[in-house]
Amino acid sequence: MKTKNKNGTAIERIWHFFASVRLSVVLLLTLAATSIIGTVIPQNADPAAYERKFGQPVYTVLESLNMFDMYHSWWFRLLLCVLIVNIIVCSIQRLKSTWRIIFPKTPAYQPERFRKSAGRVQWQAAGASAEALKKMFEPYMRKHFRNIKVENPPENQGIMIFGEKGRWTRLGVYAVHFSVLLLMLGGLIGSIFGFEGYVNIPAGETRQAFSLKNSNQTQKFGFAIRCDDFNVSHYPSGRPKEYRSDIAIIDNGKVAVTHKLRVNAPLTYKGITIFQSSYGKTPSGSFNVVFTDNEDGTRITKKAAIGETVDLPEGSGELIIRDYSNSFSLRGHNMGPSFLGMLKPESGQPRPLLLPVNHPSFDKMRGGQYQISVKDVEFIQYTGLQIARDPGVPVVYTGFIIMIAGCYVTFFMFHRKICIELQPEDNGARILVAGISQRNRTGTKNAVKRLAQKLDRMARQTGKIS
Amino acid sequence: MPNSAILISVITFIYGLALVFYIGCWIFKKELPGKLGTWTLIAAAAGNAAGFVLRWIESHQMGYGYVPLSNIYESLIFFALCVAGIYLFVEFKYKVRTIGVFASLFSFLAVAYASLPSVESNIEPLIPALQSNWLIAHVITCFIGYAAFAIACGISLLYLIKSAENNPASGVTDRIPDLDSLDDLTHQMITFGFLFLSIGIITGAIWANQAWGRYWGWDPKETWSLITWLIYATLLHARLMRGWTGKRIAILCCIGFAAVLFTYFGVNLLPGLHSYQ
Ligand code: HEM
Repeated sequence: MKTKNKNGTAIERIWHFFASVRLSVVLLLTLAATSIIGTVIPQNADPAAYERKFGQPVYTVLESLNMFDMYHSWWFRLLLCVLIVNIIVCSIQRLKSTWRIIFPKTPAYQPERFRKSAGRVQWQAAGASAEALKKMFEPYMRKHFRNIKVENPPENQGIMIFGEKGRWTRLGVYAVHFSVLLLMLGGLIGSIFGFEGYVNIPAGETRQAFSLKNSNQTQKFGFAIRCDDFNVSHYPSGRPKEYRSDIAIIDNGKVAVTHKLRVNAPLTYKGITIFQSSYGKTPSGSFNVVFTDNEDGTRITKKAAIGETVDLPEGSGELIIRDYSNSFSLRGHNMGPSFLGMLKPESGQPRPLLLPVNHPSFDKMRGGQYQISVKDVEFIQYTGLQIARDPGVPVVYTGFIIMIAGCYVTFFMFHRKICIELQPEDNGARILVAGISQRNRTGTKNAVKRLAQKLDRMARQTGKIS
Repeated sequence: MPNSAILISVITFIYGLALVFYIGCWIFKKELPGKLGTWTLIAAAAGNAAGFVLRWIESHQMGYGYVPLSNIYESLIFFALCVAGIYLFVEFKYKVRTIGVFASLFSFLAVAYASLPSVESNIEPLIPALQSNWLIAHVITCFIGYAAFAIACGISLLYLIKSAENNPASGVTDRIPDLDSLDDLTHQMITFGFLFLSIGIITGAIWANQAWGRYWGWDPKETWSLITWLIYATLLHARLMRGWTGKRIAILCCIGFAAVLFTYFGVNLLPGLHSYQ
């Protein structure tokens, strides 16, 4: 990247900074080291919990460094960006110099390099002329190698046959680096256009929207999901074996798909993937609220349901049943399934009310005229579904495939050039088999040895025939 | 205790015996203990494989029927088998027995640890999230990678021992191959391990995407496997820079294996989604 203006050297210096493998070593180690932080400090937990754990001053410092969501922090993203620039610049730089090596117009073979190469094999073949051997070896070479070149070196009467294999494998490493870029790109697409959320659907009910993860917003599917049935099967030991929801996707008022949703077998509809993730119980329909007079013990029972308002006895106010929790935690004690209500007396302040299903006398300690409890609650099972949309996944999966293929090519295949030299001798010929390669010297030596054995066998046969 | 677990505790002793023979071969520089070491290790690996298959059969007999790679006990058994198998291949190909000391040591430690009473060895059915073919592919490839890294670490230790020797006359390091061969062998093991670790992380990501709807969630287990992967990627690149010679590579290789061990065991001390691996 030569620029002719006066900033040329500065740009060149920046270019070279990003083109260095030294930088990538530093970056990869820095990424490894900083990634440890997020495994030691649990991420995305409740700020209050952090404050309790670390104390106010330390908490403030850590928070300002985004330590509680570090994988999404500006500095971690900056490291990734520098890595991307590093890979791109480095690859361009390398390709500029190796392109002509990888795709030459005419491949060059230097006889001296073969004659001095490590692992070369030489032997005498009695009774076969160099010319006869050439006639036999050349087709063999043409079949198994590419870019065959046959030469008569000027310095002697010999014949040299050159060939090569696996030139393209030099591109493997670029494939690996490209795959890293694809993974990052896929991640970026997912973080911009994707979402994650969850929804609980009681058997028999339909939902149009779900709650987004890490926020209290909801989002519409654009269609509806109905849970027709939900089943859990257990092993004899009581462990869950399978949970399964029979769901129906309702689009434009019609059932578009029905599916048996199981763990590890999600359903994708219009780009939104629906996963079986959990299950639980939720109250169905109405139940009874019991008001027990604290003085004479008389009971009045009234029907109620979530979201409804119940009049207090003798018109003394009203009770709104607002919510239900499967395991309400009160100062660290699990109260089990509980309803949450709001008590609005005729006079005085409204106050929240907790009605644990399994502890009917809990409300006694509130005092007041009535002790309130719930009974006859019927539960139905709901299925817990996870909802995700990630348009980056195809890009990431493509990156996965390219990475595996690229690593395989880079590590286990290699470019090698092979040379066979035939020297006429009094009673036959002298054969030299040699190979050179940039990467895998051991592999080349083995390949040369195998080729020499093969050629030797062929030479012996002509020796016998002629 | 299932029969397979009894078999595995017997195998522990055979691995221990192989270790003794390999040490004997190194110290006394005789062929016989070396040959005994090889055959004992082959016997141990065969028994180890039989234990694995037996456990598989037992899980079917109990009506659960799963590939036994679902908890720390089963993964240790498989890890020991991978180490022994890969090492025996290297020994067969390169005729070096000194590495056998480390290979039989790692296999021995793995099964010995698995046989501790504190490690649950009962056959338990799989919870739904673990019922996935991607998970099987994930565990197998990860552990082949880990095993290759274990052997690379053993070779690197030999490298460090050999290069630290300042009195070659003592003959302690006679049996260790020359430094260049060790360096080359380490590199081969690392490329092999890196490929398998990459496939392991990728299959794990695909599994996570199927089970939870995200292929990457930065949970500690995932993050530590990425850290391990980054360390070995660093190593591969450091080799390409002049100035990073065999010794520094050998040290990086040991650090990489420490990261493997932490990914394997240490992460259980941290909070996360993965139940064991
Ligand atoms: C996560 C990121 C990366 C991965 C997984 C990765 C992977 C690899 C692999 C597997 C090799 C082959 C090593 C060998 O032959 O033994 C390689 C080589 C190489 N990498 Fe990377 N790499 C990454 C980042 C980078 C970066 C940021 C640079 C930027 C300078 C870089 C520069 C190189 C170079 C120059 C080579 C040697 C190519 C050759 O032999 O011609 N790599 N990389």
